[in-house]
Amino acid sequence: MAECHPVGFQWVMEAKRRGAKIIHVDPRFTRTSAVADLHVPIRAGSDIAFLGGIVRHILETGRYFHDYVVTFTNAPAIITDEFRDTEDLDGLFSGWDSDKNQYDPKSWAYEGVEPGQSGTTHEQSTGEPLSERAQMQHKHRDETLQHPRCVFQILKRHYSRYTPEMVEETCGVPQDLFLQVAETLIQNSGRERTSAFCYAVGWTQHSVGAQYIRTATIIQQLLGNMGRPGGGILALRGHASIQGSTDIPTLYNLLPGYLAMPKAKKDVNFAKYLENNHAKGGWWTEFPKYIVSLLKAWYGEHATRENDWCYDYLPLLTGDHSHMTTYAAMADGLVKGYFIVGENPVVGSMNGGFQRAAMRKLEWLVVRDFQLIETAEFWKSSPENERGEVSSEDVQTEVFFFPAAAHTEKDGTFTNTQRLLQWHHQAVEPPGDCRSDLDFVYDLGQRLKALYLSSNDPKDLAIQNLTWDAKTSDDVLREINGWTVADRAPVEGYTKLKDDGSTACGCWIYSGCYKDGVNQTARRKPASEQDWVAAEWAWSWPMNRRILYNRASADAEGRPWSDRKRYVWWDDAHHKWTGFDVPDIIADRPPSYRPAEDANGLDTIGGTDAFMMNADGKSWIFAPKGLQDGPLPTHYEPQESVMRNPIYGQQCDPSRMEWRRRENPYHKAWADPAYPYLITTYRLTEHHTAGGMSRWLQWLAELQPEMFCEVSPEIAAEKGLHNGGWATISTARAVIEARVLVTERIKPLRIRGRLLHQIGLPYHWGSKGLVRGDSANELIAFVGDPNVSIQESKAFTANIEPGRRGRGRGPIAGTQEGESGQWRDQPPARFKKPGKHGVVTARNISGEET
Amino acid sequence: MPTGFFTDTTLCIGCKACEVACKQWNQLPSDGYNFTGMSYDNTVQLDASTWRHVAFVERPAPVSEQPVNSFSWLMLSDVCKHCNRAGCLENCPTGAIIRTEFDSVFVQPDICNGCGYCVVGCPFGVIDRNPTDGLAWKCTLCYDRQKAHMEPACAKACPTDSIQFGEIADLRTKAAARIEQLHGQGVSAAYLYGADEASQPGTEGLNAFFLLVDRPETYNLPPNPVAPAKRAGPSWASMAVTSLGLLAAAFGAVASVRGGRR
Repeated sequence: MAECHPVGFQWVMEAKRRGAKIIHVDPRFTRTSAVADLHVPIRAGSDIAFLGGIVRHILETGRYFHDYVVTFTNAPAIITDEFRDTEDLDGLFSGWDSDKNQYDPKSWAYEGVEPGQSGTTHEQSTGEPLSERAQMQHKHRDETLQHPRCVFQILKRHYSRYTPEMVEETCGVPQDLFLQVAETLIQNSGRERTSAFCYAVGWTQHSVGAQYIRTATIIQQLLGNMGRPGGGILALRGHASIQGSTDIPTLYNLLPGYLAMPKAKKDVNFAKYLENNHAKGGWWTEFPKYIVSLLKAWYGEHATRENDWCYDYLPLLTGDHSHMTTYAAMADGLVKGYFIVGENPVVGSMNGGFQRAAMRKLEWLVVRDFQLIETAEFWKSSPENERGEVSSEDVQTEVFFFPAAAHTEKDGTFTNTQRLLQWHHQAVEPPGDCRSDLDFVYDLGQRLKALYLSSNDPKDLAIQNLTWDAKTSDDVLREINGWTVADRAPVEGYTKLKDDGSTACGCWIYSGCYKDGVNQTARRKPASEQDWVAAEWAWSWPMNRRILYNRASADAEGRPWSDRKRYVWWDDAHHKWTGFDVPDIIADRPPSYRPAEDANGLDTIGGTDAFMMNADGKSWIFAPKGLQDGPLPTHYEPQESVMRNPIYGQQCDPSRMEWRRRENPYHKAWADPAYPYLITTYRLTEHHTAGGMSRWLQWLAELQPEMFCEVSPEIAAEKGLHNGGWATISTARAVIEARVLVTERIKPLRIRGRLLHQIGLPYHWGSKGLVRGDSANELIAFVGDPNVSIQESKAFTANIEPGRRGRGRGPIAGTQEGESGQWRDQPPARFKKPGKHGVVTARNISGEET
Repeated sequence: MPTGFFTDTTLCIGCKACEVACKQWNQLPSDGYNFTGMSYDNTVQLDASTWRHVAFVERPAPVSEQPVNSFSWLMLSDVCKHCNRAGCLENCPTGAIIRTEFDSVFVQPDICNGCGYCVVGCPFGVIDRNPTDGLAWKCTLCYDRQKAHMEPACAKACPTDSIQFGEIADLRTKAAARIEQLHGQGVSAAYLYGADEASQPGTEGLNAFFLLVDRPETYNLPPNPVAPAKRAGPSWASMAVTSLGLLAAAFGAVASVRGGRR
């Protein structure tokens, strides 16, 4: 965190000054480890085993926060008797369909609850609450937590083998060190104390990334660390406003505010779309208000009840359109043109060679960035050009480059990990032709409207009837906040939104950010002039609430768990919830309220339903639906690992996304003799991700001027690597070179008496800029997490040799024999067939969904 | 009012924001793009174009509060110390180096003639001549910002308050409290470097002092820095003694020769 989020890390240092213990778990000793109380080196890719070990330790020692667990989590829920755990099936859950290569989650359901509709493929359910919307009030509960099929007992069995010995064998973390972490966490949780987890892409960029975080949520639920001050799980995002670009998404499968993108086969009309997304219990009973207000914001007076609020103008999802899938389709010639805005994928993501090969198939490409980044110049300055394999004359792609304004050159908000929207004011005019993204998109929209102005084709109504008048950031924020249509008066929050067309709102969860006509996100009242929650600093969604699920900071009766940790509580005299923050529960709902059987809408939310976005109001230790790879996190090895899965016969996440094609060869699943070393990639403080913001600035470039690899003295001796010298690192995808930094900060781990070497690679460099170097991400394969389709770049195998790489034509992606079938996941029933990921390809033109 | 820096190395996370903020505010050029292989340090030292420099020390010993790890990574943001007895100032023959109203040591570039006497006068090796203009340059303690009632750029940019700017008297109080706190937390090795004249008589105390957890040499700081002029008194004295001795020897020699002739 100190490495990549030094500004946010000031609060960790502040906490440390006040006596907090800082534990840092990372394969490397980083700037964070330098100031942590404890650094725990771990084998990259083994975190679920480590965290699962903590879960087991909490359960075995009986030191879970019993009252919290029973009141707020689904631990008492009883699961159907069809459910089989990984303990029973050697690493698989029940419901695995080896023909479809995916799970049918039916058997993971609560007993007595019809599972209802569920997303069975990635694009059908990723990142959206759809799966949480079916009725899931679990009537079958055992609050003694003794029923053999209750979640608590299933959890116990599931993690029973994650012993300290197993943790040591899997993660390379000595048992006493592991126990020290577990004990510190337990001792700093409970009524009087809370602990928080912070993570970044070191947890997400794995083929089981989403489940890494799920394991941490299980610990936090067992220890009662959610919805309470000092607790929580903080996702430290890769960029200043990635949280914002999930809330108002740049994701293909979401509409603003986590409303589902309509699906081609299911959501054929508005009535069907509402039926599929409208819940019978919990907060999603409000769904129609949000989608109608959104359509009113987009289509203004054209959106009427008679025409279903112009629902038919929305594009329908036909499949997966995430990054890797789209690039693979591009390589197959299925993508004609592409916009890349503020991203440098040929440096920043995976298998750059394959991505460039794909881009060479484009007819046109638009790049908006500060600099002529590698992605903009992929046609002339790439490793393939350098090696003479590709000549720029042969690349037919037409590239349009638009210089972009920086954040200091425009107004707008950043949304941080705490969901805090902070307004920033323009400080200077952008230089030359640089323009903000808003200027660009506004202008593009106006030009499209002009282009289609006189068209009579009904499909062009979607452009003709689009409201396109938000010219400034302030206009945009007002639309996001929402207004009453009659007088354009700002609404005070999403509770005022209607499903009758009388309100318009660009993003329901942000509604209230322009309350009273005041830009709430621009508030900067100093800490000294307000209480410690600082509710008047900027604005956080939802409803300026600083801690989500804060109902859980009080017990079942609504009393704070302890005086020291009191946050919100039930005020019986005034019959309402009160406290330091905006209570995350219906304001006048007494703790004792229990919904009647026939309750509807918000009446289904009980007085202890702190997690009301879930239909059952409980936080989920066991996820009965919504995940592609199982209801409980399970340790699987990375796609390319140095060892066999020590816990299960199933080697990798069975649902992971693979792209088996010539340009994307894989190594053997474990212990590939050609690629014996474990690699992890990361960022450095001195550079920003793919370098577009830092490699062109002399003051940053001089601080880390060259691509390097970090190796231990042991591996340096073994391979003849010299500090300050050169090394060549190779995978089946690419060969790169790097300067060598020999350091004791990378320690080999000892697993079963054998030394396990890890190599660290920062990934900032490319062929352009003031400082240049090979990109680490050239090495990485297209492999994805099935829930969020993120690539696995934090743990894979490679080889390292001393010296520089060749400059001429040489082994490139696709020409090496990297894999062989019998080495892959065993037994054959679990063999993963090549996925098409929902893309209708030339070879799959029949259009069946996969 | 004397102002200065208290740099607490136990709070430093090595982000180098101070280096960048300093270069940006003072519009200093880069030092070139050289991979050194010395931990994460690629700017190497304080010089004419680097007025804040973060040192990275990889050390095969734990900080006392981290007994479990057998290793530690110390970071220190180094800067001109603005000594109370400043060797550079005392060596400057032109009066270009002055002591400001903030008690900082400031080089006036329009008066400096580039003689370089200051360079050899600094016991810390801070001040340096720029090869292109030949003039001596170093940290100004953001004299221009202070004139405008702003804190120096490095302290402003430091996210963890490792660099604290303020009145020297306040900083000393804070530093003493911090030492006490760290000792209470088990970091028994923590001590102040150059906080006052008593602990560092050779400089009579630094206006930019440090909190360290290892010997000064570990951070590339001199254990006992002395402003050269401080040695002038004893030098003259020993020279006088030597001269007298030589004189006596000469007389003796002459006397003995004469005696020999007898």
